[in-house]
Amino acid sequence: MRDEMLKDIISEENLVYKKTDLMTDNVLSYCPGCGHGTAHRIIMEVVDEMGLQEETIGIAPVGCSVLAYEFMNIDMQQAAHGRAPALATGIKKTWPEKFVFTYQGDGDLAAIGTAETLHACNRGENILIVFINNGIYGMTGGQMAPTTLSGMKTSTTPFGRDTALMGNPLKITELVAELPGTQFVTRQAVHTPAAVRKAKKAIKKSIELQRSGNSGTTFVEIVSNCNSGWKLPPVQANKWMVENMFPFYPLGDIKVNGELVK
Amino acid sequence: MAKVKGAVIVDTERCKGCEVCIDACPTDVLAMSKEVNSKGYHYSFMANPDACIGCANCAIVCPDGVITVYKKKLDQ
Ligand SMILES: Cc1ncc(C[n+]2csc(CCOP(=O)(O)OP(=O)(O)O)c2C)c(N)n1
Ligand code: SF4
Ligand code: SF4
Ligand code: SF4
Repeated sequence: MRDEMLKDIISEENLVYKKTDLMTDNVLSYCPGCGHGTAHRIIMEVVDEMGLQEETIGIAPVGCSVLAYEFMNIDMQQAAHGRAPALATGIKKTWPEKFVFTYQGDGDLAAIGTAETLHACNRGENILIVFINNGIYGMTGGQMAPTTLSGMKTSTTPFGRDTALMGNPLKITELVAELPGTQFVTRQAVHTPAAVRKAKKAIKKSIELQRSGNSGTTFVEIVSNCNSGWKLPPVQANKWMVENMFPFYPLGDIKVNGELVK
Repeated sequence: MAKVKGAVIVDTERCKGCEVCIDACPTDVLAMSKEVNSKGYHYSFMANPDACIGCANCAIVCPDGVITVYKKKLDQ
């Protein structure tokens, strides 16, 4: 009886959700529960829904998402560590009609790539920067990043980040919001269905801005988990993120229409 | 009265057993299998299929995009 009922429900006309074809069928190289996969998927869903597969060029970083071009079914180029905004600048200037975005972790964007990030945003390059902030260098074994919270344990801060010795965590998203070249700056997350829907709306708004006026950089931070680096099971890592990351990195829009949100 | 009934299909070979979908399901449909897939991961399955409302919450948060969701209005 139950099997028959399921058979009746599971058919093409009753489909409400399936993975977009703009995500390839390659198995993601990410750890179980890692937010990178969800972040990839919502970007590809928006590109798909806006019919921009042929018009989009993405830049992959160095970090866990170095292989993003294996997973996103669009044209992509992988950049040297931290140089994604510079590469995106060149590509956008060569093909101004394309939609160009970078996808970068916090080690890539806010450590080795700080100069490229700040200058691209200050010049107001017409690109979208997607910034995955998990507060750690995931790929290389969970070392401290500029974004690591005060007191947070990493493999290079086993007793917690001591800000007197190791400096303060960097809110680079607030920093780029101060620059005249950015038009839309927001901080989102992808740990719950509601958060994913909101983050997807922010990506959509960013891409629409890029398609309409080419009037500056759009910047979407996604506060995400690194279960392996944080040494927590995925669901607990998400709870830890809510309790510890969100108070320091509060979610919401930081700059809209070129104006800082009060 | 029309009642909405949902169902999900998990690509069990690609599931990594992270349990994020279980946490996101409002009606406690999903659970982890006792069995493992060929990579050694326990996988998510509908332990309580009657409760599924087809809201797609599980699929939206699945980092690996392995859940497909269906929904139908049933006449009672
Ligand atoms: C020029 C250079 N310096 C250092 C490295 C080593 N390295 C690889 S990934 C990485 C940091 C990645 O961290 P993040 O950008 O936060 O991405 P995640 O892996 O956490 O997603 C570093 C330092 C490198 N590959 N190239
Ligand atoms: S190491 Fe961290 S960031 Fe990298 S895939 Fe694993 S959980 Fe994700
Ligand atoms: S579709 Fe909704 S009700 Fe059904 S299993 Fe997924 S989260 Fe639960
Ligand atoms: S969220 Fe996806 S990968 Fe994680 S357990 Fe559920 S179905 Fe498997």
